[in-house]
Amino acid sequence: MAEQEVTLMKGNEAIAHAAIRCGADGYFGYPITPQSEVIETLCALKPWETTGMVVVQAESEVASINMVYGAAGAGKRAMTSSSSPGVALMQEGIAYMAGAELPGVFVNVQRGGPGLGTIQPSQSDYFQATRGGGNGDYYVITLCPSSVQEMADFVDLAFELAFKYRNPAMILSDGIIGQMMEKIVLPPYKPRRTDEEVMEQCPWASFGKKRDRQPNIITSLELRPEAMEVRNIHLQEKYQQIRDNEVRYETQHCEDAEYLIVAFGSAARISEKAIEIAREEGIKVGLLRPITVWPFPTKEVIAYSKGKKGVLVAEINAGQMVEDVRLAINGEVPVEHFGRLGGIVPEPEEIVEALKTKLMK
Amino acid sequence: MSKIKGQILVNTNRCKGCALCVDACPKDVIALADKKVNVSGYPYIEAVNPGNCIGCASCAIVCPDGCITVYRKKMED
Amino acid sequence: MEANEIISPENLVYKKPTLMNDVPMHYCPGCSHGVVHKLIAEVIEEMGMEEKTVGISPVGCGVFAYKYIDIDWQEAAHGRAPAVATGIKRLWPDRLVFTYQGDGDLACIGACETIHALNRGEHIVIIFINNAIYGMTGGQMAPTTLIGQKTSTCPYGREPALHGYPLKITEIAATLEGTCYVTRQSVESVAAIRKAKKALRKAFEASMAGKGSCLVEFVSTCSSGWKLPPKKANEWMAEHMFKFYPKGDLKDTTED
Repeated sequence: MAEQEVTLMKGNEAIAHAAIRCGADGYFGYPITPQSEVIETLCALKPWETTGMVVVQAESEVASINMVYGAAGAGKRAMTSSSSPGVALMQEGIAYMAGAELPGVFVNVQRGGPGLGTIQPSQSDYFQATRGGGNGDYYVITLCPSSVQEMADFVDLAFELAFKYRNPAMILSDGIIGQMMEKIVLPPYKPRRTDEEVMEQCPWASFGKKRDRQPNIITSLELRPEAMEVRNIHLQEKYQQIRDNEVRYETQHCEDAEYLIVAFGSAARISEKAIEIAREEGIKVGLLRPITVWPFPTKEVIAYSKGKKGVLVAEINAGQMVEDVRLAINGEVPVEHFGRLGGIVPEPEEIVEALKTKLMK
Repeated sequence: MSKIKGQILVNTNRCKGCALCVDACPKDVIALADKKVNVSGYPYIEAVNPGNCIGCASCAIVCPDGCITVYRKKMED
Repeated sequence: MEANEIISPENLVYKKPTLMNDVPMHYCPGCSHGVVHKLIAEVIEEMGMEEKTVGISPVGCGVFAYKYIDIDWQEAAHGRAPAVATGIKRLWPDRLVFTYQGDGDLACIGACETIHALNRGEHIVIIFINNAIYGMTGGQMAPTTLIGQKTSTCPYGREPALHGYPLKITEIAATLEGTCYVTRQSVESVAAIRKAKKALRKAFEASMAGKGSCLVEFVSTCSSGWKLPPKKANEWMAEHMFKFYPKGDLKDTTED
């Protein structure tokens, strides 16, 4: 068995290493705290000299996402990364990619908002990520890492899903995961596809039309309403397929649980400790961690909340994922929210306190 | 003495009647057809003096819609 | 002499380029877009690059350029074409990659993307159709609208105090180190069209030879926006536009 490469690094650095290792063709990005290490690491590693991967510091996030659009439209594995205010700038490009059915990957290392906000972490872009952010009826496949290992593992997964469904995919991380250091196993190297492989695997892409086919036109524009309706229905069918097949989640301590905490990303890591503390006090609480927040694990939330005395949604925002949890549970069980705002990271004890005061009266 | 004679073919369905070719022609070959429109409702051009044509292709070169095909032959007497 | 004697394949002097298909173009009668489309199709054909070219269309009247020339295309968001082109050319370096943009797309919302792609020296050609007005949306003021020129959003004529000055973005492009060929052309006469085609060919070849970025501006007309019939629009352009936007090569380092 090949020796595993184990190393200690930041979440942001793991994204960069994983991008090179999964055979990404291009990264186009712009610096913004707390994720500038992604592009800095890529620039330091110089993958253009090894795998041939292109790294461009673009003039803005707007330019970055449009470079990804162009590269993805030409069938290549392209990605970008940013943080909340920068991702807000990218919404146009992401909507265009969804409309044109393009496979690209982008990473949001969330920080506090709204607006320029703060450089401290938050999870307040859940709505931006799962409600489409830009214009029109579309969704973005959204993966939420809660460890540096998942930051590394989700890059290839995001590309696989993006190309499988020809849809943008995002890694919704936050400043804690981006900045913290953990021991990880680096993913093995996967070669970049050759031009011939790209042409074969992405026959829909625009890279130069050979005589034997019609031109490929990458566009999200369709002025005839009847045709546009057909296109949108196709997109919705695709999204249903993704809902049916790509939900990912994790549970801990749910077997005997009387209360359930639903949390994603770094809030889930803090909740793990909260559960430890609670159980020491005799409170039987379990964790349901959505790994995909779109598609949302609706069935799983229903199943694991059934019969519970209460569900606490712990998220570092003013209450976003809690709406999806409430929609799923539909009043069967009490649902409460706990979160801190302004870039403040909650302590595990605060989550235990919230569980007691809001659900265990 | 040989003479250069030209002949144009016009795709009248593609013509939008902009008449830039009428202006470009050095030999008054072309004019907008009188009281006629094509399937798109545009008046279109015709070679009204085809005998004058020298096949310079000025009309075809300035045509924004690529409606005109030009032929040219050196005629021997 | 019979017409049939003359009309014969060996006597063919000029026809619409094959790469330009038979789809009727939506442009207004007399619009410069059509002529420039023809030149692009002719040059790609003459360079033998039909199978290796990707065009990027804008938002503006040129949005449907992809319907008329039979190459692969990408439709970019408004102003973003140079960024889209960067993504494609960096990852398919042996392809001919060009953008086709109007004055709003290139010099207003996309000014940043235009300047930076040119400044980075991306090996792309940016084609700039400058008719000093926003045609598609009904004739509003553009960054290149002339002082005194009337449009729907400066109906009394453009005034510097209210509207600022016309932007000479091509002159700015010529100062950028990343550019190798920056030129301004027009297509209202046979002579101008011949020069314009040579310029376009030079730009395409320079980008394929990796000499730097290229900007080819075509000073153009907009009959609908200017409310002038095609011949008068050409005359107005010659009288007013060429003075402010002088034609010729602003920068040419392709031989260096």
